Amino acid sequence: MNLNRDGDTLMTLMGTTGIDFPGGTVDFIPEMKFIYGSDKERIPCYRVLDDNGQPIADHNFVQVSEEVAVKMYTDMVTLRSMDTIFYEAQRQGRISFYVTAIGEEAINVASAAALAMDDVVFPQYREAGVLLWRGFTLQEFANQLFSNKYDNGKGRQMPAHYGSNKHNYVTIASTIATQISHAVGAAYSLKMDKKDACAVTYFGDGGSSEGDFHAALNFAAVMEAPVIFICRNNGWAISTPISDQFRSDGVVVKGQAYGVRSIRVDGNDALAIFSAVQAARKMAVTEDRPILIEALTYRVGHHSTSDDSTKYRPANEIEWWRVARDPVARFRKWIENNGWWNDRAESELINNLRQRLLHTIQVAESVEKPPLADAFSDVYDIPPSNLREQEQWLKEIVKEQPQEYPANISV
Amino acid sequence: MATLFHPTAAFSTSHKLHIPSPISVRKGQIFVVRSDARMNNLISRGAHKSQTQRLLTNAVATKADNSSSSKTGHELLLFEALQEGLEEEMERDPRVCVMGEDVGHYGGSYKVTKGLAPKFGDLRVLDTPIAENAFTGMGIGAAMTGLRPVVEGMNMGFLLLAFNQISNNCGMLHYTSGGQFKIPIVIRGPGGVGRQLGAEHSQRLESYFQSIPGIQMVACSTPYNAKGLMKAAIRSENPVILFEHVLLYNLKERIPDEEYVLSLEEAEMVRPGEHVTILTYSRMRYHVMQAAKTLVNKGYDPEVIDIRSLKPFDLYTIGNSVKKTHRVLIVEECMRTGGIGASLTAAITENFNDYLDAPIICLSSQDVPTPYAGTLEEWTVVQPAQIVTAVEQLCQ
Repeated sequence: MNLNRDGDTLMTLMGTTGIDFPGGTVDFIPEMKFIYGSDKERIPCYRVLDDNGQPIADHNFVQVSEEVAVKMYTDMVTLRSMDTIFYEAQRQGRISFYVTAIGEEAINVASAAALAMDDVVFPQYREAGVLLWRGFTLQEFANQLFSNKYDNGKGRQMPAHYGSNKHNYVTIASTIATQISHAVGAAYSLKMDKKDACAVTYFGDGGSSEGDFHAALNFAAVMEAPVIFICRNNGWAISTPISDQFRSDGVVVKGQAYGVRSIRVDGNDALAIFSAVQAARKMAVTEDRPILIEALTYRVGHHSTSDDSTKYRPANEIEWWRVARDPVARFRKWIENNGWWNDRAESELINNLRQRLLHTIQVAESVEKPPLADAFSDVYDIPPSNLREQEQWLKEIVKEQPQEYPANISV
Repeated sequence: MATLFHPTAAFSTSHKLHIPSPISVRKGQIFVVRSDARMNNLISRGAHKSQTQRLLTNAVATKADNSSSSKTGHELLLFEALQEGLEEEMERDPRVCVMGEDVGHYGGSYKVTKGLAPKFGDLRVLDTPIAENAFTGMGIGAAMTGLRPVVEGMNMGFLLLAFNQISNNCGMLHYTSGGQFKIPIVIRGPGGVGRQLGAEHSQRLESYFQSIPGIQMVACSTPYNAKGLMKAAIRSENPVILFEHVLLYNLKERIPDEEYVLSLEEAEMVRPGEHVTILTYSRMRYHVMQAAKTLVNKGYDPEVIDIRSLKPFDLYTIGNSVKKTHRVLIVEECMRTGGIGASLTAAITENFNDYLDAPIICLSSQDVPTPYAGTLEEWTVVQPAQIVTAVEQLCQ
């Protein structure tokens, strides 16, 4: 110990004001103070348009061009029509299952609009709007729902589990939050390749309870990976409200715990989402850092067609969010105020959509299902002998007893 | 010519490895991997010489091009062979990367990744925080976006935490995406019953993973096949799980200098014979070979096959052997219930029942968690004496 140093340094060296601990110096305090689990003051929520679609004074947001704004709006309306009509189709027994994103159209479309096509998307299952924005056609959606032979998933996944490598949208798996780890791996890959792109992943409030979420955020921070974590906090995980899911101030505070820059955004404000995601992308790509965005919203629809949410939540709560907080209507007011939209355009769009969607269903329904061979291909790159044997055996049985098997499957 | 090895693995300085039998035979050279009083006696016995004569002519025959290079080549330990294979693949293809706990500058818990981080950088040899499910998931995501990751479980047993990712995503996504996304990942690590590592560190995961569609499983047992299988696994477009064994990392062998890659789906003929087919893999290969010496003394001629490919089974090699000997003994380290042996018994019975002169005997570990006490642990694992008895029973 060098006794010629000044008194302060000497004090520090002797350890009375702080300690040099891995990670930096930590100050000592004589008061015993517990940090409370959640503060009374909650993290504020970034919002640009008020409930009537009027820009809030002193806002800062990215100005969106007319072209982008109109595409955002029409895609949001398309997504809603899709959801309505495909949901009806399930109710009629034409498809077996469906998941809607009603109430979350702004998160879906506005976030996609702020990303680039090279950004790899790892969805949960309520983000069909992202794929829609990227150019997946209504017919392609229908083909997947009907698991026909034109489905690019070859009929192997449940309805609404879309995937398209052409659109950089990774095939959905039913497992919750596993995609969050995948996104970090993809970000790692993009970082190694030094690509001007990031990975983006979506999940719900429930998904943030899974171990994968925590480990992935932790990894991304340690590895300085270019990934955007978008949490759709829609208040419900099937029947579990967020008060039973976690006791923290939502999901945004968890980012800080892992050293991840985070923001809380009004999920039903398309402009706020757009601005936040665009800023997040820039940070992720240029600074090689993960960003967490918590979008506050509400799941207006049921969890899926296997659920009736009126059983566990009040119908008036659903109705209030459906009408008063409708993200589509709010954005419509904003683009109409800018002179970029009107009633005529609206009715044209709606009518056109309904027709087109019904047509896609008709077409998709009439296309035959994938052939038997597709049950055995792609398990490996080349089918091993046991799979070839099993396929052969099955083919023979179907040939022997064709009356026991559906007629619209080619062997 | 006995060669002593120096235990370098973390656990083994005070424990002795029971690998007494010659592991591979090349022209005129026997490589004994352990100095052990018993072993030295065997070598000095004259009878042993004639056995080795016979053994010499039936040398390990994996690939024909191997035998010509036996005079050259270089000697190394199994963990070094794995490292060499991994390093060569990382040099060859910049997309190959490694991730796992302590794989970076620490070099891995069994030193398989030693020297790779200084050479290829901290990004390509990535130290991960402790979250097996998440870093396996990371590997899957990286594989889907173009990399070829090698994920290391510090101990295979820890990969039980990654079961969700391995089963629901790794094995499935190529299929459910309609072939759009492929997952050329390698998942590897040390497993099996070690020397008093406790029940949680003595897991045999091959039984749990064997049902997962979409993955391939291989088990290495010699430095030669360890390097060859590592390279093959990395080059495969399918997800491959490479099972290493905690007690085999210090085996020494001379392997070729030239590059070679083995087939992931082939079994290895260790010792051709006429009387009985003994199917085994990983560490049990050595117990079988030790039993084989006793059996040969007693006049039996066992055919020993290291099945190597645990999923899918090489039913071609196995079938040819069954057709020749008509008697099958399976020796494995898995638990009895639902193990590799159970599946193999079913596969052989289904396909080659007509060729069997006797019911298949399967020797496995008991259905107990591996106890810590040394003597108890030894008796949960199949021992050579039991193998000898089983063969005698089969051949009555």
